[in-house]
Amino acid sequence: MSETSPERTPQVAGELIATRRVGAYHHLTFVAPGVAELAKPGQFVAVAVGGDTSANLLRRCFSIHKVSPSGTYGGTVDVVVAARGPGTRWLAGLSAHDEVNIIGPLGRPFPLPKEAVACVLVGGGYGSAPLFWLAAALRERGCHVEMILGAATEDRLFGVIEARRASRGTDGVTVTTDDGSMGVKGWVSDVLPEVIRRSHAEVVYGCGPMAMLRSITDVAAAEGAVAQVAVEESMACGIGVCMTCVMPVVGADGQTRMVRSCVDGPVFRGDRVRWDAFESGWGRVPDDAYGAAAMRGH
Amino acid sequence: MTSASDTIDMSVDLAGMRLPNPLMTASGCAANGKELHRFFDIALLGAFVTKTVLADPRSGRGTPRMAETPSGMLNSIGLQGPGVDDFARNDLVWLKSVGARVLASIAGNTAVEFAHVAAALRDSPAFDAVVGIEVNISCPNVANRGLVFACDPLSAAKVIALVREKLPRDIPIFAKLSPDVTDIVEIARACVKAGADGLTMINTLLGMVIDTDLLRPQVAGVTGGLSGPAIRPVAVRAIWQVRAAMLEGRIPTVPIIGVGGVRTGDDALQLVAAGASAIQVGTATFNDPSAPIRVNAELAAALQDKGFARFSDAVGIAHTRLDQRR
Ligand SMILES: Cc1cc2nc3c(=O)[nH]c(=O)nc-3n(C[C@H](O)[C@H](O)[C@H](O)COP(=O)(O)OP(=O)(O)OC[C@H]3O[C@@H](n4cnc5c(N)ncnc54)[C@H](O)[C@@H]3O)c2cc1C
Ligand SMILES: Cc1cc2nc3c(=O)[nH]c(=O)nc-3n(C[C@H](O)[C@H](O)[C@H](O)COP(=O)(O)O)c2cc1C
Ligand code: FES
Repeated sequence: MSETSPERTPQVAGELIATRRVGAYHHLTFVAPGVAELAKPGQFVAVAVGGDTSANLLRRCFSIHKVSPSGTYGGTVDVVVAARGPGTRWLAGLSAHDEVNIIGPLGRPFPLPKEAVACVLVGGGYGSAPLFWLAAALRERGCHVEMILGAATEDRLFGVIEARRASRGTDGVTVTTDDGSMGVKGWVSDVLPEVIRRSHAEVVYGCGPMAMLRSITDVAAAEGAVAQVAVEESMACGIGVCMTCVMPVVGADGQTRMVRSCVDGPVFRGDRVRWDAFESGWGRVPDDAYGAAAMRGH
Repeated sequence: MTSASDTIDMSVDLAGMRLPNPLMTASGCAANGKELHRFFDIALLGAFVTKTVLADPRSGRGTPRMAETPSGMLNSIGLQGPGVDDFARNDLVWLKSVGARVLASIAGNTAVEFAHVAAALRDSPAFDAVVGIEVNISCPNVANRGLVFACDPLSAAKVIALVREKLPRDIPIFAKLSPDVTDIVEIARACVKAGADGLTMINTLLGMVIDTDLLRPQVAGVTGGLSGPAIRPVAVRAIWQVRAAMLEGRIPTVPIIGVGGVRTGDDALQLVAAGASAIQVGTATFNDPSAPIRVNAELAAALQDKGFARFSDAVGIAHTRLDQRR
């Protein structure tokens, strides 16, 4: 980034050109010129909700599911939305040609291995959304790619058909559900050790709920693989200015710091995350974190 | 096409701090510049207000740190930051390199710490980028059972006097006031008498949100600061009261920097008409990263529409129109 002409992050009025239900989710395609061209797997977009006079001021963040830099309409960006609170419900209710303000691409992408090593991609619920795109990038580098898709129930799985279609021949897809409504009954972490061993995987990529990312990290460590996980912390801005999205992560120097998951993440090496700080929805500041001593006065 | 911001004189002089326009970021809502510089050239702002810095590095509080509220949000960050030395060595040097005019926000756990932070900035190599100091007195005073400095005229005055001593005369200091007080005019008076060259109003209001799924406080800090358009009427009221006291000669006249709930040029105009000589945009930046610069253009257009040639002519104008009521 040069001082005189810094790189700017695109902020565009994205026209919705396709919206469809996929199980429990809404799959939305936006024309977002500029965003698609720059984006890499693991990055996300921050979307304003409710229109110009919305009382919901904070942007909602979504992993980029896929991009087509040169579609018929110009670059497009796809996201997969689980309708939960007011913002995601508003997005789910949009119709074609509605406009939404989109900022992106944001955050650090998944790092790709330098060599053509085997990789396992693990997605929990809509957490699988960014993984198909990642799988394609890995395959292009000659990596063997296995996927594990897990969810509580069948309708909360995302992309099983897409995964099977994409996985020609050698690469495999394993599905788990908590209730056994599809695939293996159980958690992704139950099948992960076997998949890592079978494929001699050296990297495990994960995206999904925190508890899942933690167990993926543990399994990967036990099997001698590196885990790269995309976290989901509550974000108010998505662009690094508010300091709400922090979590304790160990740096290369061994020091734990409260880092912003929107700009320093959302992808972190699993073994660098201080999972011990997360409990029942609270994120503690570890006593040995940088600057923790100064907080004790208050 | 010439925009209104080219034809209207938007320049301001805030206690000797001369700025090309009245728009600023709000402390803690813009980090220290690099992130927003990816959206617009921060040197175009009247001033860039930095995240409040204390003497030592601070991790901030645990998470969750925020909750969305109707037209606003609650935050409990805990003044996370690198400490003044790191700030001066890195952030301030970078801000200078891009030509930003810096209004540096400082705080301390004690009045003496405030003064130490001010002195450290004064002695740092990039201090010439600093056009003023904003003293964030809305933080707990360790020496006074954690009571916020801004809630007690004596503690507020002590901080301002100690900071004033450490800084050259040509660097104006602005006391940032909390609206959570019985009489904001009394605090404003204490600060101005102690040497504040101006006032920034308002900081967040203390609030709380309960998570109804878990039936527990939603932010880890339990209570937090409420901000955004929801608090704009409180900001307008606070600015109005203090400006009125100045007009009536009850306290010395100093410039007011207005902050609280500004999202559009029209919002800014409310604060200006109530008495603000400059405007900071905080929470609205999370919705639209270029809000501070957009609001400047919208404010200029609104002033032009209403026939003003100069921004400064609109400052406090609502006070002169009140008499027409009778
Ligand atoms: C990097 C990243 C990628 C994500 N990818 C997806 C995705 O592909 N599909 C999907 O459905 N969801 C995704 N999420 C979660 C999604 O952002 C939240 O579900 C959504 O913001 C909730 O908005 P709401 O209006 O439904 O809820 P509300 O609770 O009303 O949201 C209020 C505020 O809290 C924030 N917030 C609440 N929950 C979350 C959360 N889980 N994560 C981040 N911010 C939150 C919102 O941004 C908003 O500012 C992702 C989150 C992150 C951080
Ligand atoms: C996330 C967040 C962090 C803040 N941090 C600071 C801070 O460090 N110092 C300070 O003086 N004010 C801080 N504030 C208060 C703002 O500067 C501003 O006074 C307040 O939010 C009202 O303006 P707004 O409604 O435009 O946001 C913070 C506000 C928010 C929302
Ligand atoms: S979401 Fe605002 S700093 Fe990360």
